[in-house]
Amino acid sequence: MTAFNRRTLLKTAAAGAALGLAPAYIRGASAADAIQIAGIHDASGGIDIYGRPMINCLTLAVEELNARGGVLGREIALKNYDPQSNMQLYTQYATEAATKQKAAVAFGGVISASREAMRPALRRYRVPYFYSLLYEGGVCDRNVFCMGSTPAQTLQKFTPFAMKRFNAKTIYVLAADYNYGQITAKWIKKFATENGGDVAQADFFPLDVNDFGPTIRKIQAAKPDMIMSVLVGAAHNSFYRQWVASGMKDKIPMASTTFGIGNEQALTSPEEHDGIIVSYAYFDGIQTPENLDFITRYKARFGAKADAVTEGAAMTYHAVNLWAEAAKKAGSVERDKVIAALETGLSFTGPAGKTTIDAATHHDTLDVYIAEVKGGAYHVLESFPQQTPADTAAVCDLTKNPNETKQFVIDVKV
Amino acid sequence: MDYAIIVLLQVVVTIANLALISAGLAVIFGMMRIINMAHGEFLMLGGYAALVSHQAGLNLWLSIFVVAPLVVGLVGAVIERLVIRRLYGRMIDTMLATWGVSLALVGLITVIFGNTVAGVSPPLGSLEIGAYAIGRYELLVAGVSALLFAAGWWVLARTPVGLIARAAMQNRDMAAALGVDPARVYAATFVTGAAISGLAGALIAPIAGVAPTIGAAYIAKTFITVISGGAAILAGTLSAAGLLGAVNAAFSFLTGPVLGEVALLACAVLLLRLLPQGVTGRFFRRSL
Repeated sequence: MTAFNRRTLLKTAAAGAALGLAPAYIRGASAADAIQIAGIHDASGGIDIYGRPMINCLTLAVEELNARGGVLGREIALKNYDPQSNMQLYTQYATEAATKQKAAVAFGGVISASREAMRPALRRYRVPYFYSLLYEGGVCDRNVFCMGSTPAQTLQKFTPFAMKRFNAKTIYVLAADYNYGQITAKWIKKFATENGGDVAQADFFPLDVNDFGPTIRKIQAAKPDMIMSVLVGAAHNSFYRQWVASGMKDKIPMASTTFGIGNEQALTSPEEHDGIIVSYAYFDGIQTPENLDFITRYKARFGAKADAVTEGAAMTYHAVNLWAEAAKKAGSVERDKVIAALETGLSFTGPAGKTTIDAATHHDTLDVYIAEVKGGAYHVLESFPQQTPADTAAVCDLTKNPNETKQFVIDVKV
Repeated sequence: MDYAIIVLLQVVVTIANLALISAGLAVIFGMMRIINMAHGEFLMLGGYAALVSHQAGLNLWLSIFVVAPLVVGLVGAVIERLVIRRLYGRMIDTMLATWGVSLALVGLITVIFGNTVAGVSPPLGSLEIGAYAIGRYELLVAGVSALLFAAGWWVLARTPVGLIARAAMQNRDMAAALGVDPARVYAATFVTGAAISGLAGALIAPIAGVAPTIGAAYIAKTFITVISGGAAILAGTLSAAGLLGAVNAAFSFLTGPVLGEVALLACAVLLLRLLPQGVTGRFFRRSL
């Protein structure tokens, strides 16, 4: 056995310290000229089905910008954090991105709870924050830009469309039990009543529920004309299986505000999803030259088997490009200058069409589509170009109240 | 009338599900007094074994009824040989050890399959009752659960193997004095419990889907069921599953799934306050 005397111990310790320090010096050198940006999305855990394609699009957008020479002549250094579908980790990583990595901007957040976990930290450390998933609307914070569609942009058209298509008066809502599900259910009730229908009942499910037996029996008793699914996450996915297993598939038609944003069409069989209609600001089947080209690049980078591009993913791509445009326009990546540049009504035309930042709400005007799921793909039935974020605009005006920081729970009158 | 039948069937299915996922634990914890914190992971492994072998092209029924119990039984044999064997009679130590096993299994499966949910559609279609319908597969699971308990009773009560197993659990030294090798009996019993858990996990996989962490969703429910059942493992597990399952299903119908779970827990707390020895501490005392 080697004798461990003081001399060898000191030598080893010194060597170890040198080794440990070396990468820090190297990092320090490159960090001076690269712009640090952070991506915080669930790459694992129950919500990873939403996060994974978003991370792909973030990576692709950054790589493309770097291939074109970066932003303001500086390379972009992207660091991806994986909060593992754990809300505590979101706060921790947001703080780490702001204080340790010193990120100039953060992209991320998947479910609304994760956005609300990160928002205060990123605001405190003055890191501009882009949230790209569709959500319930109402966030009013000058530090945040919400890129996804909100209920007034989708549900306002989608609810009457579904009611007409299925000849439905009564709707049974199944929703995830957190702010997104609760608020979306209210919107559905509002738009259903406005169009001469009604919500028969709304049931809420915690994210880990995977047994829908009693609920399906309840639906059979209530005999609604259609189902609106606002179910979220991997555990809820078993609903679509149990629905078909109970022989309900061809009896009651289904629409959903969430099916597909986690690529559920790939996790369920055609028997389970054929005929479900959905409404988002992006589908990978949109036949525009920008999108066809984008999909080719995406598949070339991540392979043909990569997670399909979802609305959240496409909007992440838009978000990165909008931020880059703003930085160019401002000539700086400093927070206040970038936000001011974005507030000039900057727009970007990409895979999801034209998205324009609305200065008053920090949401965006975007194209909305309604599509039917069939054989694992989306077939666009109708499109509504350039929808404004009217719901958030009704409660939020950041040009007048720039210090607002809250998420308004929009008072849905029914 | 049709609705009454469908509600009744749903209650039966809920009860059978609870009894099924608790059966393996009833053997390992109820009979052997090993606090098996890895029980949820045994269920999870059963689900993965069935799913993976089915995706590899094997017939779904073979995957569920043959592959899953075999695989999990084998895993159980390895764990018994390496860990549990050294800890018989040390109840608290088994808890710590099996908790470690549980974490290791979750980690292992996450590394292999990723932390995502996978699933297979339940086969068999649905059974129509008037305007209502229920999945035939769910009814089949309930049937299998009933068969499993009947077979368990028959083995324990009517066969020499069952007699030896019960004897060895009750009085290890006396059984050894009568020429039984307790170590072998213990190992065989543990493997049987693991295999039953594997089968249960495989059976519920098409309904619930599988994920590496899905065990956590079952572990509390199963322990509550077995503990509420009391000393007689078969009658106890069945009666506790009957009571708790019915309460859960009833509240799920009346309110929603959240209060259904709350009602199950509240009922278990109340039950153990009134009957600290479990259901079979007072009723069905001479049963198995």
